[in-house]
Amino acid sequence: MAKVFIIAEHRDGKLKKSTFELLSASAAAGNETHAVILGDSVAEAAKELGAYGASKVHTIQDPALKFYTSESYVAALAPFLKAQSPDVVLAAHSPTGRDFMPRLAVRLDTGLASDCTSLTFAGNGITVKRPVYAGKAMVEVEFLGAGPKMATVRPNSLGAPKMDAAKTAEIVSASASLGNLKTKVTDIAKSNSGRPDVTEAPIVVSGGRSLKSAENFKIIEELADSIGAAVGASRAAVDAGYRPHRDQVGQTGKVVSPALYIACGISGAIQHLAGMRSSKVIVAINNDAEAPIFQVADYGIVGDLFQVVPLLKQELVKLKEH
Amino acid sequence: MNIFVCLKQVPDTETKIKLNGDNSGIDTAGIKWIVSPYDELAVEEALRLREKNPGSTVTVMSAGPVRVVEAIRTALAMGADNGVHVEVPETADTFLTAKALAAAIKKEGNLDILFTGKEAIDDGASQVSQLIAEHLGLPCVTVVLNAEYGAGSVKVKREIEGGAFESIELPMPCLIAAQKGLNEPRYASLPNIMKAKKKEVKSVKLADLGVAETEQKIRFKNFQLPPPKQAGKKIPGDPATQAKELARLLHEEAKVV
Repeated sequence: MAKVFIIAEHRDGKLKKSTFELLSASAAAGNETHAVILGDSVAEAAKELGAYGASKVHTIQDPALKFYTSESYVAALAPFLKAQSPDVVLAAHSPTGRDFMPRLAVRLDTGLASDCTSLTFAGNGITVKRPVYAGKAMVEVEFLGAGPKMATVRPNSLGAPKMDAAKTAEIVSASASLGNLKTKVTDIAKSNSGRPDVTEAPIVVSGGRSLKSAENFKIIEELADSIGAAVGASRAAVDAGYRPHRDQVGQTGKVVSPALYIACGISGAIQHLAGMRSSKVIVAINNDAEAPIFQVADYGIVGDLFQVVPLLKQELVKLKEH
Repeated sequence: MNIFVCLKQVPDTETKIKLNGDNSGIDTAGIKWIVSPYDELAVEEALRLREKNPGSTVTVMSAGPVRVVEAIRTALAMGADNGVHVEVPETADTFLTAKALAAAIKKEGNLDILFTGKEAIDDGASQVSQLIAEHLGLPCVTVVLNAEYGAGSVKVKREIEGGAFESIELPMPCLIAAQKGLNEPRYASLPNIMKAKKKEVKSVKLADLGVAETEQKIRFKNFQLPPPKQAGKKIPGDPATQAKELARLLHEEAKVV
């Protein structure tokens, strides 16, 4: 049994599913599972963590933690964790977790494995595996020092989190002395699409160059919105200016691992496959029967995406209504 | 201004990865090496900042085996002034790499700003930028899409999840890790490529930096290729039949909708 600390992630008090995945995986392995949540007002969010497997929740509250910065998080977490002597420290491999965990590792004088897709707890340690070369190979990461083992874990890779509303955690507050902080967040501009993030979403619908224009992505957006999916794009579609780079899936974009990935008009260049091949179920819709995307697809439709995609949307809407 | 860039040499994205004999790493034979694409943005940003601040110098560093000198020369051909090759073994982890680069930067003198890419596209760890910042005690923002440079401070736009952005202000000296969109990297001109071949690239050994090879914190082992995926079902019929059958399979068989 390991003493595991999971750094909870939230935006404005709304917890991320990736946090629940980590808590659930740690608790299922029988670990002493702690959650740490930072912010200016996190008492409400802290109460939710017990149901997903935290036995103890530590809140670190300070007005300076209202907005995340790596500097403030590391200033708060490093002395706290040193005092707690964890065996394992975990966070999501998200824009937040991947940003602060390296600095935290230096402060704790220990190693960090990034973007892990598999965690196995054994005794007071963990074995982690992660993709390298954007999934063209997998490696096991060996921790060489005696310090806590740290890892960031790719969202959606540990299976669906288990929730038990009857379970609650002991909530304790920890103090932080943040000192003089240099980085200041002055504003957060939210997206107005209302769609989930491509790396967090359980379903991703992606389009390629065959969409032929930015306007034609409307059919991809409509399919995505009908099933609560994120919209992704191939590098070719991004280079052609149909979508912003933040939507790009592949080795030079986002690496995603959703439960369902629907590739529409994407041929399947090696660098795109690298970014999505760890998806659980892959659907390919393409008019070229020889396209490499079909070699990784669980379900393939050889056909005209402009006909198939709107029909698929109708069918999925029908399913939902039943 | 003293402007620094750290960059990494990585296999081209089209590379088909093969493993070496004992699965302790990849077979590097025949690999086409490139500057990691996000690091090219870092070089470009450094050059643009130098152009706005006459008298500034851009020093480019890379850690790795001797082959990475080629990547440094690519940056010199784009217009960087100085190159430093920090010799670390092929198997160096992010921690040893960052410690060596931070020590090499300290040795070169005062820094005003350090540019990197937000991650390297080989191990995709997104660690080294933050690790260097920590070793040098610098404030650091990663995944930067836009930066405005003032007197002694920088205002940046950082990409976060779901298409949202943070506006952040930080004082110099600092580290900025580039995301695609920050700029469009220039191509090296032929005369600059020729000139870059003649520029000296300084070589620094770990021993010169007081860093030991044993300061690794992690090691990659048991490399494996992903299991080949079985090609799945192709759904026959006209578009309406195909769409209906796919929806049924996703619901009943795969249970994902």
